[in-house]
Amino acid sequence: MKSFVYTIQDELGIHARPAGMLAKAAAGYKSVVTIDNGTKKADAKRLMAIMGMGVKKGTTVTVLVEGEDEDAACAAMEEFFKSNL
Amino acid sequence: MLVREGKSVFKGVAIGKIFVYKKADKAVTKETITDVEAELARFQAAKEKALEQLKSLYEKALRDVGEEEAMIFDVHQMLLDDLDYNESITGIIESEKMNAEYAVFMTCEQFMAMFLSMDDDYMRGRAADIEDISKRVISILNGTQVSPEAMPEPVIIVAEDLAPSETVQFEKDKILAIVTQKGSANSHTAILARTMNIPSLVTTDIEVDPKYNGRTAVVDGFAGLLYVNPDEETMVKMTEKKKRADEQRALLQEMRGKDTVTKSGKHIHLYSNIGGVQDVDAVLENDAEGIGLFRSEFLYLGRDNYPGEDEQFEAYKTVLSRMQGKKVIIRTLDIGADKQADYFEIPKEENPALGFRAIRICLTREEVFRTQLRALLRASAFGNLGIMFPMIISVKEIVRIKEIVEEVKLELDREDIAYGNFELGIMIETPAAAVISDLLAPHVDFFSIGTNDLSQYTLAIDRQNQSLDNFFDPHHEAILRLIQLTIENAHKSGAWCGICGELGADMELTARFLQMGIDELSVSPGYTLELRKRIREC
Repeated sequence: MKSFVYTIQDELGIHARPAGMLAKAAAGYKSVVTIDNGTKKADAKRLMAIMGMGVKKGTTVTVLVEGEDEDAACAAMEEFFKSNL
Repeated sequence: MLVREGKSVFKGVAIGKIFVYKKADKAVTKETITDVEAELARFQAAKEKALEQLKSLYEKALRDVGEEEAMIFDVHQMLLDDLDYNESITGIIESEKMNAEYAVFMTCEQFMAMFLSMDDDYMRGRAADIEDISKRVISILNGTQVSPEAMPEPVIIVAEDLAPSETVQFEKDKILAIVTQKGSANSHTAILARTMNIPSLVTTDIEVDPKYNGRTAVVDGFAGLLYVNPDEETMVKMTEKKKRADEQRALLQEMRGKDTVTKSGKHIHLYSNIGGVQDVDAVLENDAEGIGLFRSEFLYLGRDNYPGEDEQFEAYKTVLSRMQGKKVIIRTLDIGADKQADYFEIPKEENPALGFRAIRICLTREEVFRTQLRALLRASAFGNLGIMFPMIISVKEIVRIKEIVEEVKLELDREDIAYGNFELGIMIETPAAAVISDLLAPHVDFFSIGTNDLSQYTLAIDRQNQSLDNFFDPHHEAILRLIQLTIENAHKSGAWCGICGELGADMELTARFLQMGIDELSVSPGYTLELRKRIREC
């Protein structure tokens, strides 16, 4: 399993559009991608679940990646967070 | 003929047939099914169709109104593709053996509840998106979706209210006007209607009843009226009004963005007169280059106590920020005469027009004046401000005013409150001020001639007294000579001079004013483009 920690910079937090893009990006990998904000967890492939976490600006989340393509998936997720959130 | 009132959000006239738009109903019938596979396939097909529609709506919105407005349809596609949403629907169909409409409805309720319970306004707002996508799928499933192709000719749409997704799905050239029962002047639909230049009424007291379908109607966006089955007289009148409005709009488009410059190459500042914050929209819509007269009285009228400094500051700041660095000239309190507020407790006067009004009140009740000046100075940090004082008759007054302004500045300095640069000017609206304009000019940055009062005082004719209309000549040589004198004296001292009274918009006098050397004309927003055209011809 791989993971990284990221603090949300976007003014609106993880809002609808980046959450949708994240779900699309995560769906491109076989690995299970989980977002954890300390109190709730969500499958990154599920848009409404991500939005349901209500992650705000300044919140630090842990992203866990587990599966056969976890190296590539984790690198891609980290890149996605940095450039979109 | 049926006449209904509404709030106009776009000024224009439309004549055509009514199309009653009924919202896709989310309420569905609950049915038990036997063929689960068929029902799942039915849902998949409806979902695919909804996704296709959203995709083309996104592209259409991108073309018509831009990326920001279009984005919502991209988000809708993503939401509709969400795994949890889809699994919930297929789960209800499979395990409860329920029809697809009901499955979508129940799923919609569940996810809306989830978003509505969140402690974040943005996320709560997303419940409406869930509802919107679910309604789309349901209306495809039960065949109630109104497709834009259902309208063979351009129509006047009558609806309860329109979601952005609904407004945008209509072909732009198929909509003559939009009339809604709900909505507000700031609703999404209203903003969209304005961007698309569609005459529109909101909060109209009309039933959204299919019986109106196909009836001839007129939407008068100037008066905020809807006529259903108009009689012949109304039809003739409205056809004429529409013709004029269309011509005006063509003119508007032609003059928009052009320089206000005379044939000999002199640039004239073409500004607007406004009475409140709400008029700024009209100023921008008509492409005025600034605000030449902001009557601050509106803040004082229609209430039972003095407006506070912060309240005034917010109003001035809003106007200054919205004008984005363009000149905004605010006239200090001009109350008295025909504009009265009870809480000022001004004793009854024999002759109010010649009485206790405007600057005379301010210089007598300094605390009222100082509050306004503090608000104005604080607002000056947010734009390009000019402050103008009404009803001046002597040098002594302007000297005293400037002393007070300096004191207010010191006060703000002491409190470490920021203010910016601003110009100081006076209204020339008494014959006295015009005659001694050579003595007044060295004390100010600008003059603005208030021709309404100047005419009334020069000709000794009460403008409210209609029986004197035969004696009143707005082009009286005495008035024109005073204007000429004022302009000359301003220029001798390096001050600029404008007109903010009704005469400023009198196109018969435009050439003469330009000859006199006028620097600025401030008129009602609606006259801006017409006057620009006139100035460019002189």
